[in-house]
Amino acid sequence: MAITIKVNGREWPVSADPDTPLLYVLMNELELKGPRFGCGLAQCGSCSVLADGVEIRSCQTPVSDVGNRAITTLEGLPALYARQKGLAQAPELHPLSQAFLDEQALHCGYCYNGQTIKGAELLAKTANPTEAQIRAHMDGHICRCGTYPRIMKSIQAAAEKMSKEG
Amino acid sequence: MDDLTAFPIGAMTDGAALLSRRGLLKGGGAMVVGLSLSALAQAARGAAAGPPDYHAVDTWIAIHADNTATIFTGKCELGQGNQTGLLQVAAEELDMSMAQVNSVRLDTNITPDQQATSSSSSIHKGAPALRAAAAQARQALLERAGVRLGVQPGSLEVWDGVVSVRGENGFRKVAYGELLGDKPFNVKYDGTAAVKPPERYRLVGQRPTRVDMPEKVAGKYTHMHHNRVAGMLHGRVVLPRGQRGFGLGARPVSVDEDSIAHIKGAKVVRRGDFVGVIAEREWDAVKAARDLKVIWQEGPPLGSNETVFERMRKDKTVDTVIALRGDPAGMMLKAAFTRGASYRCPYQSHAPFAPNCALADPTGGQLVIKSSTQDVYSSRKQVADILGIPEAKIRLQYFEGSGTFGRSCYEDATQAAAIMAVAAGRPVRVQYMRWDELGWDNYGPAHFAEVRAGVDAQGNIIAYEYDGWQHGWTITSTVSDSALARPGVERAGGSASITVNPISTGSMYKIAHRRVTSHAVPMVNYLRGAALRSPLDLSFAFASEQTMDELAAALKMDPLEFRRRNIGDARWLGVLEAAAKAANWQPKVMGSDLQKGDVTTGRGIALGSHHVSFGAAVAEIEVNKKTGLIVAKRLFGAMDCGLAVNPALVENQMIGQMIQSTSRVLKEEVTYADHGVTSLDWNSYPVLRFAEHPEVTPVVVQRLDEPSTGAGEEVMGATGAAIANAFYDATGARMRQYPMTPERVLKALEEQRT
Repeated sequence: MAITIKVNGREWPVSADPDTPLLYVLMNELELKGPRFGCGLAQCGSCSVLADGVEIRSCQTPVSDVGNRAITTLEGLPALYARQKGLAQAPELHPLSQAFLDEQALHCGYCYNGQTIKGAELLAKTANPTEAQIRAHMDGHICRCGTYPRIMKSIQAAAEKMSKEG
Repeated sequence: MDDLTAFPIGAMTDGAALLSRRGLLKGGGAMVVGLSLSALAQAARGAAAGPPDYHAVDTWIAIHADNTATIFTGKCELGQGNQTGLLQVAAEELDMSMAQVNSVRLDTNITPDQQATSSSSSIHKGAPALRAAAAQARQALLERAGVRLGVQPGSLEVWDGVVSVRGENGFRKVAYGELLGDKPFNVKYDGTAAVKPPERYRLVGQRPTRVDMPEKVAGKYTHMHHNRVAGMLHGRVVLPRGQRGFGLGARPVSVDEDSIAHIKGAKVVRRGDFVGVIAEREWDAVKAARDLKVIWQEGPPLGSNETVFERMRKDKTVDTVIALRGDPAGMMLKAAFTRGASYRCPYQSHAPFAPNCALADPTGGQLVIKSSTQDVYSSRKQVADILGIPEAKIRLQYFEGSGTFGRSCYEDATQAAAIMAVAAGRPVRVQYMRWDELGWDNYGPAHFAEVRAGVDAQGNIIAYEYDGWQHGWTITSTVSDSALARPGVERAGGSASITVNPISTGSMYKIAHRRVTSHAVPMVNYLRGAALRSPLDLSFAFASEQTMDELAAALKMDPLEFRRRNIGDARWLGVLEAAAKAANWQPKVMGSDLQKGDVTTGRGIALGSHHVSFGAAVAEIEVNKKTGLIVAKRLFGAMDCGLAVNPALVENQMIGQMIQSTSRVLKEEVTYADHGVTSLDWNSYPVLRFAEHPEVTPVVVQRLDEPSTGAGEEVMGATGAAIANAFYDATGARMRQYPMTPERVLKALEEQRT
């Protein structure tokens, strides 16, 4: 039976075999730039997407296991944020992406798909996370360039800004 | 300039796309002419194989009709922000604003050959050439403006690319774009145009934000891995899990092609000893690489990462005295105190966050290869050698991958894509898998050191001896070795070419009697070696700066005061004081107030370098004596890299260096056994994780009057050594080996008790 997945508010028919990891479908069929290959072992967080708002590793999720869950990738984060906040219009950037830019946090930026997805997951459910909460929540996401200190600052800055937006 | 708002200002863009989009955005009227001129100019620029004439201004700079400029540099963006820094340098010299300048990707049909983007050379060595070219361009533009305005060029001023002269009725102006818009300079670049003196800088030394970052945070940036072309196949290399000894490589004894018959469309590609698989769909290529049955030739036993140091110490070596002054051995006997020990420093991996990727397309007039190589021209030559075709038949285009920090497997991926694309007659995208990348990396070599130093009773270092053992670097890659069925090639000069760095081993101190000796081990049947960020300097500093700290402790002196007393150079003193001030360093004899309880804290200070720049660091750590776990809590670093073109870029680099250095001294070690490398994923090759990261305070010691030197590696050694010194302060025990894992910490504490 043909598989259909819901990604960023749209239904997509999938031509890949059912055992194909979701990541390869997102990259090669939907041609998305957010989720990307890092280890293929669910160890690094490069491929992270949200499934019904919960971060999952798309490299270890067979596309046949996605089911009815609504997948949100980095591309869909601003729209998801607008829905969560009841905004009339999606912002150009999710507040965390904007905070990364404001903090000039990135080096190569490759791991920032996962950092953004995971950070946004935290901020959606925890209004003002403590430093310890941020450390624990983000621990599954590796940054080889060593930008952790500015990711931390960015999450804190985004939390503050988001709480002001109500 | 309104058209630029719809355009990724400053973002690094494909040259052709940049010019055509710029043209399209202009819309109607006379500007359509601009489009065709731009398109024509661009077509001419990319039509033939480079490198373009290094001594032509047109190679470096193009001025467009809309009064913007495209800057062509030969140094690639690796996430260090060099495109921003280089654009600043060019815009400064041209008297343009950051919003008016763009750069393009490196491309062997387009950009100049400035050699590899390595050794922190973008600003140090790449910027002077660009600065001189921009100065020459400005001079040519002012000559044209002088003719247009009927005045001597010397009376002209330039702001934001608009040349003006004060006349009786106010200013008369002409824009660069009107003088040259999309036409060539046809001016020779001979370096004779005067460059701006630093006191007139408006942009250099300022902190414009990174030009690549807006696209990166939005997920719109094209990393290498994002490239797809029509009709493309997916390829994977097939290698044993974990490399064997250098010289053996990966040699198949037999390949059972039927073992992947169950995977639709999957095919084996062989060239010499190279084995790869291709398939229409990526997941099929992954499965084919996994399932293909290959019997590999076995080699002699490798030993292990634990026994490597004793093996190097006993191996037949080529010995070179790197530095010799006075009579260190004789003076050691006259010292009030001497301290010395052996140090063991591991193989470490580049471990890029994303394994390397490349895409080769053989369907046009040239074999077009997209790759994350740090040196497009060298990469092109290596592919030409493998395929036996002229370099001009290959076009290498650089796309940023994930941070690589030296020669990870990017040449391997490039060559594998080329080999498979030529075999298939179709474009092939090759993605290394995690185990390929960690298992077949060209590692930063292991290092064994014996250090001894002595002081007089007043605290002056009077004798210093450093003996270091390590092997060298390979200049080839696993894929080229396999394809050409040859043993690996060591860098010219053999392993003696990679020697102990005299800058990192005591040169910062006034020492009248000093010897540094490098013992080069042949690389055969060790692991593949290559440059890893701050090559070996982390190891040199770990050994040398702990020795300095031991002398200070023997003298019952504060280690900051001890270093102050012995430093002979104002710039070393400058970074030392800057780091100490940032950390609010309080004078103390290290290890003099050991705390009771399971968790103790310590502070350490150290110096370090790589090539030229000066680095210092202070580390604050916690040690759990029950579990052996070290947690770095706070780091303070200072760097003097001469004129920091953009201090914000340097600060960002310093944060990365200090976190990575923490990772390397606390966690990272390539493990191997007789049959090969065993650290093949993020569990077996752990790096510092989010929950473990320290707070980091970077301090740039700005020197406007000194030439710019590298800023990508120079605070790593100091950071690692400061952590080691902090460990002693916390426990009274010394760590002679890194990474300082819980097992090793517990062992050191146990040895201290007995």
